[in-house]
Amino acid sequence: MGNYYINGISCISAQESSDNELGLQNFVALTENVVPLQKPDYKKYIKPTMIRRMSVGVKMGVVASSIALQEANVEMPEAIITGSGMGCLRDSEKFLKNIIDNEEQFLTPTAFIQSTHNTVGAQIALGLGCKAYNVTYVHDATSFETSLLDAMMMFEEGEQNVLVGGVDEIGPYTTDLHKLVGHVKEEETLKNSLLKSKTKGAIYSEGSQFFVLGDKKKDNCYAQLKDVVIYNKLEQNEVAQKLEVFLKDNNLTISDIDVVVLGLNGDVDYDSYYTTLQNTLLANTTQVYYKHFSGEYNTASAFGMWTACTLIKSQKVPKNIQLNEIESGSIKNVVLYNQYRGENHSFVLLKSC
Amino acid sequence: MGKGVAITGMGIISSIGNTVEENFQSLRQKTPGISKIEGISTIHKDHIKVGEIKISNENLSDLLNLPSSNNYSRTALLAEVAAKEALKNAGITNVNSYKTGLISATSVGGMDLTEKFFYSQFEEEENRKYIESHSAGDSSTKIANSLGITGFVSTISTACSSAANSIMLGARMIKAGKLDRVIVGGADCLSKFTINGFKTLMILSETNCKPFDANRTGLNLGEAAAFLVLESDACVKADNKNVLGYVSGYANANDAFHQTASSVDGEGATLAMKKALKVAGLSSVDIDYINAHGTATENNDASESAAIRRVFGDHLPKVSSTKAYTGHTLAAAAAIEAVYSILALQNNLIFPNLNFETPIKETNIIPETDLLQKDLQHVLSNSFGFGGNCSTLIFSKE
Repeated sequence: MGNYYINGISCISAQESSDNELGLQNFVALTENVVPLQKPDYKKYIKPTMIRRMSVGVKMGVVASSIALQEANVEMPEAIITGSGMGCLRDSEKFLKNIIDNEEQFLTPTAFIQSTHNTVGAQIALGLGCKAYNVTYVHDATSFETSLLDAMMMFEEGEQNVLVGGVDEIGPYTTDLHKLVGHVKEEETLKNSLLKSKTKGAIYSEGSQFFVLGDKKKDNCYAQLKDVVIYNKLEQNEVAQKLEVFLKDNNLTISDIDVVVLGLNGDVDYDSYYTTLQNTLLANTTQVYYKHFSGEYNTASAFGMWTACTLIKSQKVPKNIQLNEIESGSIKNVVLYNQYRGENHSFVLLKSC
Repeated sequence: MGKGVAITGMGIISSIGNTVEENFQSLRQKTPGISKIEGISTIHKDHIKVGEIKISNENLSDLLNLPSSNNYSRTALLAEVAAKEALKNAGITNVNSYKTGLISATSVGGMDLTEKFFYSQFEEEENRKYIESHSAGDSSTKIANSLGITGFVSTISTACSSAANSIMLGARMIKAGKLDRVIVGGADCLSKFTINGFKTLMILSETNCKPFDANRTGLNLGEAAAFLVLESDACVKADNKNVLGYVSGYANANDAFHQTASSVDGEGATLAMKKALKVAGLSSVDIDYINAHGTATENNDASESAAIRRVFGDHLPKVSSTKAYTGHTLAAAAAIEAVYSILALQNNLIFPNLNFETPIKETNIIPETDLLQKDLQHVLSNSFGFGGNCSTLIFSKE
């Protein structure tokens, strides 16, 4: 396996996160059950005439990809790989609602045209004039990790710069549906911190994170992407063993891991996947989480990777994400673990560059 | 660039048959599956024709032995029928005897359920079980769970080229040694969402579609699912597997021209075909047959014809689009046409492009209109989608 360097990153989210240099220091824990993004300065990246026409997801994706490309000093990537669990949800909902409310009459094509899951990847390509490989993964909580896995194979096939990211937007109708089945936290305002809420469901939010991976290390390199593995299904008691196998495949053991980034989302029914690990295999490892800042969306794990990148580069673990008291020394190896509602598990391994 | 990836099984359900064999017989007998729509109540029913599978969801559930309380979308039902046939065809009884993955593709996912229960999910608790069936990943998860696949499972959505990308990803993962075996394909059911979407774009034909005809009238939508089983050389050797054909070339390029329209000169399609030839280590003269995307829209067929001319010049291989049999099955189309391409290779047969009469003047591509017996070594299959996504697959006998 070769070396894949993360030379540019970006984060649009419910936090003011579009400035990578500020990192997580000003982030505020989310306290409501549905939290929209903090709008970045769209004008800096998108022509005013286009801003009105683009959906939120497309805007987030275009801005996030622009920031990451600029940072990596890459004008034209050799592949654009996008993860989006729900795709362009708002336009899908809008078109469907019009069909039903107007009994299939008086419809216009705009929302339909922008409703396909690959609209964000397509609009990024269109904006850049990029005719390269372009694909969109839409597999729930592993949409982003499949994108990473594809990106790694791209390098093995000889490409030099790959733009890879995640994007998911809140759809009001879908959120209402998910409230009905308890996937969204019931309390509109959390009384306790996310992990102490002890209630079902997650905070629903939205965001987009993009990364520019290169076969060569650049000055502003954040980290190296070493490996990714995805499991459709794991029992709770299998997670630790699978993590050990993943590390062993990379000639590492748990004592080599300086920080572990966990996808805890405060859902009392499913956080035990993480806590079991925290109390056993990871008991002596610095543990961090991020979904109190990002909220939950299908590609929220990309926010986790952005977090991991910033702490590797700064060699500091901010207190506002740390779960235990264990101090990390120098941060060399970082592993991420995420799952959603007991399905679609992923491990990602990053290494300092 | 080395040998292709072995295909050891395939399964399909479409409007021209519920199995590979039934599809093959319909293709041979020139029997299209285009009809008036019956399963969906739509105001457009007298103004469109579709490639509809005339089996109810209840009967599909029975066929799969699912409990009546299941929350399968029609996409998931069709997908599971095809995936099971593919696995059986490959003679796989223990799915976990090798590192096995599943990659599916869909554009509508569980939209059929969401549109049916759009408001009633709020009032009636019994309909809430369908909420989780909406996402694109749901049908893949259901098939994976049903087949016992616990490892790598993913879903791709690049509009009408989706399944080509799932076949491509599967082949690349086997080449990269990430999987020993992978079930790849796609599924899409008919829905009010897509019917009305394409209707607003004014590209639905009121009559039987006429791919590559100068007087073409737009596309017929269809529903279908198809899957292939791909295996590494080591698996094929160890189990002495019967190989149906090989995925020898693949490529994906972007037209970067317009969100829904293809460029006049077919730039993205040209790039995809050229790159796929390069991956396969073939030159354009090696291709014996092109199973075209050929949706019969004004824009696609003109753009694809231009691209084919750019890649093949005057040495045009035989060309046909099978969309007039099945309709355009969106995210499933490339998987359907992969099965047809392999059937073509296995039987040395080129399936006719139905309803063609008059060539497009600018490009003068005259597709095959009769069943043609011809020795075939390499078949190229195109699939293009919204968002400029252009994908090409090449299937080879050896």
